Amino acid sequence: MMPTSVPIDAYSPHGRKPKRIMEPRRIMLYAVLLVAVLYYILPLWVMVMTSLKGMPEIRLGNIFAPPVEITFEPWVKAWSEACTGLKCEGLRAGFWNSVQITVPSVIVSMAVASVSGYALSFWKFRGSEVFFTILIFGSFIPYQVMLYPLVVICRELGIYGTLPAVILIHTIFGMPILTLLFRNYFASLPEELFKAARVDGAGFWGIFLKVLVPMSVPIFVVATILQITGIWNDFLFGVVFAGTQNWPMTVQLNNIVNSTQGVKEYNLNMAATMLTGLVPLTVYFLSGKLFVRGIAAGAVKG
Amino acid sequence: MKSSISVRDLTLNFGAVSVLKNLNLEVAEGEFIVLLGPSGCGKSTLLNCLAGLLDLSDGQIWIKGQNVTWAEPNERGIGMVFQSYALYPQMTVRGNLSFGLKNARMPQAEIDRRVARAAEILQIGPLLDRKPGALSGGQRQRVAIGRALVRDVDVFLFDEPLSNLDAKLRSELRVEIKRLHARLGNTMVYVTHDQIEALTLADRIAVMRGGIIQQLDAPQTIYNKPANLFVAGFIGSPSMNFLHGAVVDGGRGFSVAGTVIALEGYDGGRPVEMAKAILGVRPEHIDIVHEPESGRTIPATVELDEPMGADSLVWLTTGGAQLSVRVPVERRLAPGTAVHLRLDVGKASLFDAVTEQRV
Repeated sequence: MMPTSVPIDAYSPHGRKPKRIMEPRRIMLYAVLLVAVLYYILPLWVMVMTSLKGMPEIRLGNIFAPPVEITFEPWVKAWSEACTGLKCEGLRAGFWNSVQITVPSVIVSMAVASVSGYALSFWKFRGSEVFFTILIFGSFIPYQVMLYPLVVICRELGIYGTLPAVILIHTIFGMPILTLLFRNYFASLPEELFKAARVDGAGFWGIFLKVLVPMSVPIFVVATILQITGIWNDFLFGVVFAGTQNWPMTVQLNNIVNSTQGVKEYNLNMAATMLTGLVPLTVYFLSGKLFVRGIAAGAVKG
Repeated sequence: MKSSISVRDLTLNFGAVSVLKNLNLEVAEGEFIVLLGPSGCGKSTLLNCLAGLLDLSDGQIWIKGQNVTWAEPNERGIGMVFQSYALYPQMTVRGNLSFGLKNARMPQAEIDRRVARAAEILQIGPLLDRKPGALSGGQRQRVAIGRALVRDVDVFLFDEPLSNLDAKLRSELRVEIKRLHARLGNTMVYVTHDQIEALTLADRIAVMRGGIIQQLDAPQTIYNKPANLFVAGFIGSPSMNFLHGAVVDGGRGFSVAGTVIALEGYDGGRPVEMAKAILGVRPEHIDIVHEPESGRTIPATVELDEPMGADSLVWLTTGGAQLSVRVPVERRLAPGTAVHLRLDVGKASLFDAVTEQRV
């Protein structure tokens, strides 16, 4: 007869396996992380420190040293006084131009791409796969190749050098990646949901707006972040299509930093650069978690 | 009886692949039809065609005397229940139930009345203000049934509604669907690959394979008199035993592994001599005896037995073939025992090995 139970042997391993604190793989991990942190934090440190120094202190050359005397003057000057070409009004004007370009471009490009992604995943038509392939293929062609034809098109449309032109260009160039993103996300949603909505009598727009969009918040967040940072950081389309009076912040920044006359005001340049980068940086900080979640959700199926 | 659904010469091709071939099906009003078959047999495709979710290549579909071949899903007078429930996750249960009615611009008072009635029938009243994410699988499927119910339609379409549920819930909800059918008296078309669901629920079962209905009959007929070898093998668990042999003596005997069994009392057509025939016998229609009886038994050797609670399944070999026999669980047979099997020819099915059709 087998005994019904045997007591545990307290002197041999039992229960949870103990963990060592300094395992070799942990040491390796932290070493790599430390190097990565230094790699990214050092330039930032130099920028912040330089932007808070006066020019005499900068000339001493100790770029890593914190400022002896903290001054915010370079920041103020970069925002409102620095010369960007003929005018000396700082980055302020460029900031508002960038807002005027970014907000409508983000909205229009996402509206167009989400609807086409929806149509490509749920309302397949003859040749829809070919259409999608061509669209994706478009993202592999360098921008510069299409620049001149697009300038001509904008001129013929009579919008060259205006805000609508640059918004149109951003919408066009956002299409491949955004459509891919939306199509893959919608393709990961159960098809039966779409069928149920059709039985319930919802049409093309009804299904999209009432059923799918409320389920797709993560992918809309991802697309928003991608577009805001992409369009805000854009230089080429802004300088080519927007027209001088609408030049975005990046173009103004370039004009400040790359001006070849007079003394190089390093503190002002650093401050201006950070001011320009502040918007995408803020967006990342506020939405980091949602961003990762949305990217992962979109990547499940493709 | 009046016809509720009439499928006429339905053909569906996906590119070069033919999924449904000249399919004809008449469903009477209030009838419960189960479409049964292995995956890829076209049963779900047929249901999607009925719902209007797939465009057909040729043929017609009539529902309630209307030709709905080109009609949109919501214009066909159908309600549909899906395997994955397909509830709208951002809407409450109430929102899910009323979505279709709102799309039809129904007055709010009528929507409220119908939602209340569905909630009462399905006992989901307390769940109305919850979201689907907060419901269990069984509750979700009830809501999904409710969504078909509020549409107040004559035809319900079920696409494997119980396949995502665990075994216990499945049998509970199965009974509930049967009860619902008895109460509402709607026409129901139900797709499943589970033969227990098919046998318990259906008025008639359509067994499908390769886009063709193999047999359309009452469950008992399907079980006892399968039209062909495929239906015989597909229905029944454990499945039917097949003995490969020949019909001899002018159709009076079946010869297998050197033994001849008399076909006297066979329930079917009059057998004729065939060089290659198959005798199908279900495990419960075989007796294990210890003495041979001339013309009634074949010798066999016990291989192993599988006690299954209520009864026990004994596996035997005879002339190279393997057979299973259902016996009371108390009856234990040691492996290696030589026994004789008495087949109940009156409940067996004889198939022509070439055409695979039942004689």
